[in-house]
Amino acid sequence: MKRPVVTIDGNEATASVAHRLSEVIAIYPITPSSAMGEFADEWTSKGKKNLWGTVPAVIEMQSEGGAAGAVHGALQTGALTTTFTASQGLLLMIPNMYKIAGELTSTVFHVAARSLAAQGLSIFGDHQDVMAVRQTGWALLGSASVQEAHDFAAIAQTSTLKSRIPFIHFFDGFRTSHEVAKIFQITDEELRSLLDEDLVRAHRARGLTPEHPVLRGTAQNPDVYFQARETVNPFYAATPAIVQEMMDAFAKVTGRHYNLFDYVGHPDAERVVVIMGSGADTADATVNYLVEKGEKVGVLKVRLYRPFSVDYFIKSLPLSVKSLVVLDRTKEPGSMGEPLYMDIVNALVEGQRSKVKVIGGRYGLSSKEFTPAMVKASLDELKKPEPKNHFTVGINDDVSHTSIDVDNSFSIEHAETVRCVFFGLGSDGTVGANKNSIKIIGEETENFAQGYFVYDSKKSGQMTISHLRFGPKVIQAPYLIEANQANFVACHQFNFLERYDILKYAKEGAVFLLNSMSDKNEVWDTLQSEVQSAIIEKKLKFYVINGYEVAEQTGMGQRVNTIMQTAFFAISGVLPRDQAIEEIKHAIEKTYGKRGEAVVKKNFEAVDATIANLYEVKVPAAVSSKMTRRPSVPNEAPDFVRNVLGPMISFDGDNLPVSAMPIDGTYPLGTTQWEKRNLALEIPVWEESLCIQCGKCVMVCPHAVIRHKVYDEKLLTGAPETFKHMPSKFKEFSTGMAYTLQVAPEDCTGCTLCVEVCPVKDKSAVGRKAINMAPQPALREAEAKNWDFFMNIPDLDRKLFNPSTIKNSQLLRPLFEFSGACAGCGETPYVKLVSQLFGDRSVIANATGCSSIYGGNLPTTPWAVDAKGRGPAWSNSLFEDNAEFGLGMRLTIDKQQEYAFELVKLFEKELSVELVNTLVNANQSDEAGIQAQRERVVELKDKLSKSSDSRAKDLISLADNLVKKSVWIIGGDGWAYDIGYGGLDHVMASGRNVNILVLDTEVYSNTGGQASKSTPRAAVAKFATAGKGMPKKDLGLIAMSYGYVYVAKIAMGANDQQTLRALIEAESYDGPSLVIAYSPCIAHGYDLSKSLEQAKLAVLSGHWPMYRYDPRLIEEGKNPLVIESKEPSIPISQYAYNETRYKMLTQIDEARAEELMKEAQQDAKSRWTLYQQMASMHYGNGNATEEKKS
Amino acid sequence: MTDLSTTYLGLNLKNPLVASASPVSKSIDKARKLEEAGVSAIVMYSLFEEQIIHESLELDHYLTRGTDSFAEAMTYLPDGGMYSVGPEKYLNQVNGLKKALSIPVIGSLNGVSKGGWTSYAKQIQDAGADALELNLYYIPTDPDLTAQELENAQVELVAQVKSVITIPLAVKLSPFITALPNFARRVVEAGANGLVLFNRFYQPDFDLEELEIVHNLDLSTSAELRLPLRWISILYGKVSADFALTSGVHTANDVLKSMMAGAKVAMMASNLLHNGEQVIPSMLNELGWWMESHEYESIKQMQGSMSQKSVKEPAAFERANYMKVLNSFKDMR
Repeated sequence: MKRPVVTIDGNEATASVAHRLSEVIAIYPITPSSAMGEFADEWTSKGKKNLWGTVPAVIEMQSEGGAAGAVHGALQTGALTTTFTASQGLLLMIPNMYKIAGELTSTVFHVAARSLAAQGLSIFGDHQDVMAVRQTGWALLGSASVQEAHDFAAIAQTSTLKSRIPFIHFFDGFRTSHEVAKIFQITDEELRSLLDEDLVRAHRARGLTPEHPVLRGTAQNPDVYFQARETVNPFYAATPAIVQEMMDAFAKVTGRHYNLFDYVGHPDAERVVVIMGSGADTADATVNYLVEKGEKVGVLKVRLYRPFSVDYFIKSLPLSVKSLVVLDRTKEPGSMGEPLYMDIVNALVEGQRSKVKVIGGRYGLSSKEFTPAMVKASLDELKKPEPKNHFTVGINDDVSHTSIDVDNSFSIEHAETVRCVFFGLGSDGTVGANKNSIKIIGEETENFAQGYFVYDSKKSGQMTISHLRFGPKVIQAPYLIEANQANFVACHQFNFLERYDILKYAKEGAVFLLNSMSDKNEVWDTLQSEVQSAIIEKKLKFYVINGYEVAEQTGMGQRVNTIMQTAFFAISGVLPRDQAIEEIKHAIEKTYGKRGEAVVKKNFEAVDATIANLYEVKVPAAVSSKMTRRPSVPNEAPDFVRNVLGPMISFDGDNLPVSAMPIDGTYPLGTTQWEKRNLALEIPVWEESLCIQCGKCVMVCPHAVIRHKVYDEKLLTGAPETFKHMPSKFKEFSTGMAYTLQVAPEDCTGCTLCVEVCPVKDKSAVGRKAINMAPQPALREAEAKNWDFFMNIPDLDRKLFNPSTIKNSQLLRPLFEFSGACAGCGETPYVKLVSQLFGDRSVIANATGCSSIYGGNLPTTPWAVDAKGRGPAWSNSLFEDNAEFGLGMRLTIDKQQEYAFELVKLFEKELSVELVNTLVNANQSDEAGIQAQRERVVELKDKLSKSSDSRAKDLISLADNLVKKSVWIIGGDGWAYDIGYGGLDHVMASGRNVNILVLDTEVYSNTGGQASKSTPRAAVAKFATAGKGMPKKDLGLIAMSYGYVYVAKIAMGANDQQTLRALIEAESYDGPSLVIAYSPCIAHGYDLSKSLEQAKLAVLSGHWPMYRYDPRLIEEGKNPLVIESKEPSIPISQYAYNETRYKMLTQIDEARAEELMKEAQQDAKSRWTLYQQMASMHYGNGNATEEKKS
Repeated sequence: MTDLSTTYLGLNLKNPLVASASPVSKSIDKARKLEEAGVSAIVMYSLFEEQIIHESLELDHYLTRGTDSFAEAMTYLPDGGMYSVGPEKYLNQVNGLKKALSIPVIGSLNGVSKGGWTSYAKQIQDAGADALELNLYYIPTDPDLTAQELENAQVELVAQVKSVITIPLAVKLSPFITALPNFARRVVEAGANGLVLFNRFYQPDFDLEELEIVHNLDLSTSAELRLPLRWISILYGKVSADFALTSGVHTANDVLKSMMAGAKVAMMASNLLHNGEQVIPSMLNELGWWMESHEYESIKQMQGSMSQKSVKEPAAFERANYMKVLNSFKDMR
């Protein structure tokens, strides 16, 4: 029988089995497992049935803790239930996992194993999460490849049903979850033949039902808990054999045979590596290679890690083995060794093989590359007379000297395997095209195929690197294509050449395909000398195509994907050219057909136009270029930036030694300024003759690349020739003062929001504004000089002006700049505004999400400092605890301030009574008051500096807390409405002075657009693919119910002044404040340059009513709620159908779209009516009845 | 009893009042009410190929934007469904209207590509339309494009569409044609069975406060009747096609005038959009009453009765207003 073959990634491979074997699926998004939940939700919404012919119920929960609870409940009532998770998500499930295991419940959780947040968060893969649940009593079954993830999903399910032990089925996050590979698919019939229906029914029969009720979940006492805990032992003892039985049964059905411990290598091996996860596949291939070279080595691949079977382990280990190297993809600081190592040491003792020498090593944390060279180095270590134990491999540990040497020139790549590396821009579609290519090769040829994709850490202007392998041999290479190994290298964006060493991947004689505006005769002269040199020395076949032009002509815009894919097939010869083109077109129809004929046609035209524009370049014999690659950061950057962040920027961070890293995850601020990304094709140009100096463009800029300053005109001395300025129109600063609006040309993302917001139109040509877009390249150099000059002009003293107007507020220096957020991001203008208003005295707790990623993802940091070195102190704890985290900051500040005041009073003699009194009674309600207090603190420190009194030293260390601090708790709606809501509610209830800013994008933006409770009715989101049927949760209303929480709902695009006022008021309120900010997002599906207009429509339609609820007004006998938007004047649909998230439902299910839109309209109406009533309530000194009577 | 019946494009209609292309036909319920109220046929809203292309490209753009760019978010919107972005929705509506109504349903099409015009025309026919109206909506802005080129292209298009369909074909014309009679004849020679005068272009307006161009739906008034009235009068008898008058039909008198100019049907949209289907019975009653009181036996009797070839002074249709004023002045002298 020819088995069905598919080319899919590990997440899909796993979910396709899990969905077929489940009745209930509870999901929650977390990278890199989110896609499994997305597939399950999508399939269920399309009516895809499970093995028993019914559609599994899929429900999104508010957190992983919630998912685990729902799973537990579903299991307790007898449903076949599953969930998908990773990392901290798995940790949140631990309490339930103990329960589920203790109750001997059959279930499988599928985990895309991921690092845990420690000194820093990482979304990438290792085994820290699964190792953190090894004590819960769950079986741990690890797969090493996409095929195994597919297979083990089934084996885990059949095993759990028979053993009654719950299973974690895990595989390496990203490396396996996101690798696209050709696999053999398990058919429904095969699955059916593997399942014992009696066991399914037995599981169901154990479910709670009032028909034959039982009680489960007792509280037990010292007399019996212990004994009861021991009852499960036989089940654990039986499980290894059950899993092996299921693996054997699986082999009979599918022909793919696995063992609990799979040994591969020399039958008389002396040195063996023990490993699990994708690294086992690398080790497998490496060992086979080494055995062929005559080495007596082997690998023991651990499949079932818990329950750990000493018997099976010992039986699997050849008797010839003299030494083992156990590799752990995790770190357990302070332990004697990592978990797998410890278990193996123990197993050898218990299994009477204690003469075998064992060493342990760590590898591959956070998806760090793990290559055949590292496997060899680990095995070679065993040859040494005194091998290093507890070593690391793959990094240079120059601190503890744990690392072992690796010969990176060692490679086992098969000659028949073709390796291709593609460099693209996120927006050019390179990855999508390569996914299609690998599917074509996998499914239309006899070749095996593999695709893996690497992304940078930014959300805008991202570089992607696609690694494709294909060939007649099975591909066991879960690692990136190494230097000098690629047969084909493509650079889809010409400007990458000036920044990255792309050709290092090319092997001698490889093909190099370049997308360039220059033709075959001119292109050589546009290359840097390093590029020319590599082409000549490596004897590359060099092809060029003007993909930009073809894309433009065929309506593809910036997406050169189809063009470059066609060029790849045309040159690479994977398939005969005609067949390749036919297959590409077939893939285009498959991918885009459902989006309409026009899309298919456009892509077809691009395919057809490609070949005619593809040329081979005649390579000259010698290097002629005088140009060289640019350094990743300028030479004038600080040492840390140059030496540590610079290599990260240029994709060379893997080579940084341990000593280069901060020991506790502490990083300096303001480093994005050194990462000049030059993303914008066009940048704004100031037209000073029209400008009214309103500052709106400065305020709206998501990346803080437009700024304005008012300064003494004398400072213009030495200004660059093209530096623009005009007399200041600020009433506070008129005489002798100049004004400049300046753009940072190399940091701008080209989003055009500044132009959109500009209120001024040229009376002679209304299309021209006071700020207009113009091509960047011609402006880059001069404007960069102007920017530098501008930045050196001192900022105005903050106490000289009141920041309550837009133009004044924008004189405050942004302390959040050049973040990696999406172009046109709707969140960052609010974050930036907070940094301007309060940044020099704020501490920020930031929930995990978009804002923690663009705010804190290495290499560089957008949070910045002012000229005096002050700025926001920022930290990210977790996703779920951010409000509590921020509250903790407040508690410290308040406590230490209290203590400092107590101490101050003890030093009246040294400080003077007057200073003590002014310190204690300082009015810090405005900038002048704060500055005065800062000066007093300086005086205090000065006066006490020579004191040897320990209390004086204490006071000096605490004195900064005498200056008013502003605590900000920032996060998205996923945090505030869902996972962090309990904590948020508690923190609001606490009454403490914290400021909570919810950047409400109405969706989990960072993980790719899953619905939250903030998602509005009628909008489509992941996990709500049929359109959300329930209305948006009214978080503001809930907060108002406390009566003492300041609440504001703001939308900068609709009313920037209200935004400014609300933030200032919120901060000034000595109690909890909640500000919910309308935040346009790429996940809404419209052109974000129109987000200001869209915000207005959201407000006009009543979708986003704006208001401020200030409890201080109650004390004045006034109603605290001031509604600041008008009665809805346009239908919700007029706002909604500008956004794809709503509109697409009309294209998927028009009747449902109509129904939901009707209900959404009613939601808006009801909300408005309720607010109106609330705002008209009488608050006369708390006694409305009395007031009325009088 | 007066005979209100007429024929248009070979279709026998119970009266000359036809619902012109408008969003009313997007709802089967509303269309049914129109039928019940008495309209004799319904022209559907236009299938705009440009809109189909736009919606398809737009959907693709936003489903694709930002994808495969960031490790945590490979996509931002779910992309699982089959999207109704092609002509299917329109074709289903043709089909639905045909099933729901007993009066003829005339499809309406505005294409942009040659392939689009013919393929959609065929699909509208196959969906059950009784006839097809081509909506030649094109605003020339390119100074290099000559009238000849544009007219040739449109005539060719009519021929191409005609070659793929068997149902009758009407062509809705723009009033902005230099030599309208010639162009009308060429269109008919290319295969049009009927001519609809005129396409009513919504004209953009300026917002003086915001200095922006605004697009407001500006419904017609009876005053607009005069332009098509003149041209149908001129063309009647010179170009052998069934004429439909559209733009400015609001009253029974407007219908009467249309018939007398030579139209087979009078099409109405603005009044229906503004006042709903309830205006129809009174208009038809008024029509009958007028005919009775003026002793007309049938609509057919009056069709073309005041066309250029039938009136005493054919030049009346040729004079521009100021000429007429001058003549009056001369006469008086």
